[in-house]
Amino acid sequence: MAKKLLLEKAHVEGIRYFDVYRREGGYQAVEKALKMAPNDVVEEVKKSGLRGRGGAGFATGLKWSFLAKPEGVPRYLVCNADESEPGTFKDRYLMEFIPHLLIEGLVVASYALGSNRTYIYIRGEYAWIVAILEQAIAEAKQNGFLGKNILGTGFDCEIYVQRGAGAYICGEETALIESLEGKRGNPRIKPPFPAIKGLWGCPTVVNNVETLAAVVPIMNLGGEEYAKIGVGRSTGTKLISACGNINKPGVYEIDMTISVEEFIYSDEYCGGIANGKRLKACIPGGSSVPILPANLLLKTAKGETRYMNYESLSDGGFATGSMMGSGGFIVLDEDQCVVRHTLTLARFYRHESCGQCSPCREGTGWMEKILQKIENGDGVKTDIDLLWDIQRKIEGNTICPLGDAAAWPVAAAIRHFRDEFEWHVNNRELCRKQNYGLAHYADEIHVPA
Amino acid sequence: MSEEVKKIKVTIDNISVEVPAGTTILQAARMIGGDVVPPAMCYYTKLEGSGGKCRTCLVEVSKGSEADPRPMPKLVASCRTGVMDGMEVKNITSPRVTDARNGVVEFLLLNHPLDCPVCDQAGECHLQDLGYEHGKAGTRYEFKRRTFDKHDLGPYIQLHMTRCILCYRCVFTADQLTEKRVHGVLSRGDHAEIATYIEKSLDNNFIGNVIDVCPVGALTDKTFRFKNRVWFTKPVTAHRECKCCSGKVTLWQRGEEVLRVTARKDQWGEVEEWICNECRFEKKKTSDWVIEGPAHVNRHSVISQGHYEKVVKPTETFKAVHDGRDPQLLMDIHSVSEVNDPNVDLSAIAGPATGEVFKLTKKSS
Ligand SMILES: Cc1cc2nc3c(=O)[nH]c(=O)nc-3n(C[C@H](O)[C@H](O)[C@H](O)COP(=O)(O)O)c2cc1C
Ligand code: SF4
Ligand code: SF4
Ligand code: FES
Repeated sequence: MAKKLLLEKAHVEGIRYFDVYRREGGYQAVEKALKMAPNDVVEEVKKSGLRGRGGAGFATGLKWSFLAKPEGVPRYLVCNADESEPGTFKDRYLMEFIPHLLIEGLVVASYALGSNRTYIYIRGEYAWIVAILEQAIAEAKQNGFLGKNILGTGFDCEIYVQRGAGAYICGEETALIESLEGKRGNPRIKPPFPAIKGLWGCPTVVNNVETLAAVVPIMNLGGEEYAKIGVGRSTGTKLISACGNINKPGVYEIDMTISVEEFIYSDEYCGGIANGKRLKACIPGGSSVPILPANLLLKTAKGETRYMNYESLSDGGFATGSMMGSGGFIVLDEDQCVVRHTLTLARFYRHESCGQCSPCREGTGWMEKILQKIENGDGVKTDIDLLWDIQRKIEGNTICPLGDAAAWPVAAAIRHFRDEFEWHVNNRELCRKQNYGLAHYADEIHVPA
Repeated sequence: MSEEVKKIKVTIDNISVEVPAGTTILQAARMIGGDVVPPAMCYYTKLEGSGGKCRTCLVEVSKGSEADPRPMPKLVASCRTGVMDGMEVKNITSPRVTDARNGVVEFLLLNHPLDCPVCDQAGECHLQDLGYEHGKAGTRYEFKRRTFDKHDLGPYIQLHMTRCILCYRCVFTADQLTEKRVHGVLSRGDHAEIATYIEKSLDNNFIGNVIDVCPVGALTDKTFRFKNRVWFTKPVTAHRECKCCSGKVTLWQRGEEVLRVTARKDQWGEVEEWICNECRFEKKKTSDWVIEGPAHVNRHSVISQGHYEKVVKPTETFKAVHDGRDPQLLMDIHSVSEVNDPNVDLSAIAGPATGEVFKLTKKSS
């Protein structure tokens, strides 16, 4: 069994409640941290090598050390619980089963950053989790781990839960801040970055739920010990939400030394492809990251085993690799149509674009229409090149990364599955009735010497 | 020690200029002037927070600064990126910029109705200019263009949402010039629209300025609607004593008649001083104004085209250069194209005016 740091106790009966959580060793991280100087807590997180779990994988300790600290200006910590990326549902699991872990992490992080008012911005659809979190907050307060003068140290901290209103874009940190301020959730133009000017113009840190929860084991183990788990710059454990055509969809905590193959096929994790089918493709890190055909998923272009960690998943860049992203692991079996699948994603991004900048606003809709046309069996060969050109003109030219997130899946699908797109436009009748199938995607790739 | 702002050096398309620290790349380019100035569809000097949205002003930063010479990996919005000492920027000398900008223009025109023939903005429309300079003649878009439900913004301001490029200028204007904004952007993505949530007219005394800041024909002057083409009207600078604004305006005249009043604009098409609704909509007689003289119309080619100043008329006639042959009408366009039927009232057509629409309109009329 791999080491678990976050979900180890998630299924202890009654862990949702303070008494049980405390009995199982909860809130020791707060006790430890509040005896240290705030900057030492930041140092500890730096030593741990923790990288943001929200998607970008930015070093958390470093991000915290960038926070501006002007005199007399409040600072804010905001927990990003907007989790709306297709295929990603790990934060929900954590908050639902072991909410105190997040609250504990938030108290430690708030102390380290000097935030006396901390917000959890939660996806609106997670309505029932709001009640769970509020219950946990109330309990933590009753027991002196939150509120005024925590553990007699003079540190005050309140945590507020704010529900979103159903927009994926409000997971982007500056759109989230706008929304939290009660405005339309449009991403801000950066710079200034939130670390300088964030919530209500004050220095702000936005972190993902899992990132903040990971602060608890970091405090308990010490940064150095935490850094020993995992491999290279992928330290600690990572939650992976696995879904698609697998036998055991669900949320798994992995230490980042296991191979992709083990993750998919071992009974401890996904349990293999459902219904005895073969693996065709996989999006390893949430809908925005490039899709990979089976051969490139299990082995890198150099023929090395691919592992479930930041470095290995991105080995080969976008040409032959992908990204760890948010850990939304979507598996496609041989019966799945990549064109239809890409269309579904394109529809999502068109629907979720905030509409602020022209390439994303117009380009996402255009890509969806062309994909729909190809999927309907009305496509022509030039449509594929057109799609490629559109995604190319969106990528990198927008205000926020949603534009890139919309472009990448289309680019990767065409890059790796061009023959399937071409089959659609060359077999317009047939593609309405049947799928292209597996082709050579699962075969060993030829590695040039 | 003087309070002098530090000057820093920036080079745009190989032309160097010294600018005060805190200047944006776009402003620095405007100080140089000419071809190196990136087009700006959403940025507006007077409107705080504007810019960054349309992406037409993207440029390449090939050298970050003297201190950190690394190039910036992505193209940046020049209107919202500050210059650094020693920065080197490529605008028209960068193929990447040209490529991206062509893409942006294509995106902006993708769902645009191209109803310039019936649009009051035609001739002073920044999207038209942009299209001329960077657009392609053809379109690669083959789907139905987007339409919106109509919103009535009251007696002064006409909204044509299909023409809007969502630059947000009118939103900033209402925020920064009026007590309480009653219009804004509703919905998201490609269905985001300028509207009032509850049908409400825009009637704050300074709200008329949204017409001037709108780069396209999405917000136009209802009192000027279909009165004339701007290139037939003559701009004249004038002023009057006004209690609430500077009273400094441009009158757009046809003969003695004042057809339209706008604020005065600078060479970048930006308003010099905001004017009130009374000056803009109510004072339509020359006797209301003290005329200063003809306005200098600078950048917007099409308007200046209308006033054939300094144009040398050719002396030779068609007949003379064609060996005594008279010009011949090759065909009557109306007989071959539905779209040019003179019997159809273009303004009565709600959506994009395609051949199909013309056929239908003709039958029912
Ligand atoms: C369109 C978009 C949606 C995002 N949604 C989320 C989200 O739901 N949850 C999240 O933690 N981060 C999301 N992010 C990433 C955040 O902007 C931000 O990077 C993250 O919250 C930082 O936290 P971390 O450093 O702990 O990963 C999103 C980014 C984009 C561009
Ligand atoms: S990239 Fe898309 S979502 Fe992001 S700001 Fe631009 S329009 Fe909005
Ligand atoms: S109506 Fe005009 S000013 Fe307002 S957002 Fe649209 S294009 Fe810009
Ligand atoms: S003018 Fe700079 S992005 Fe629009």
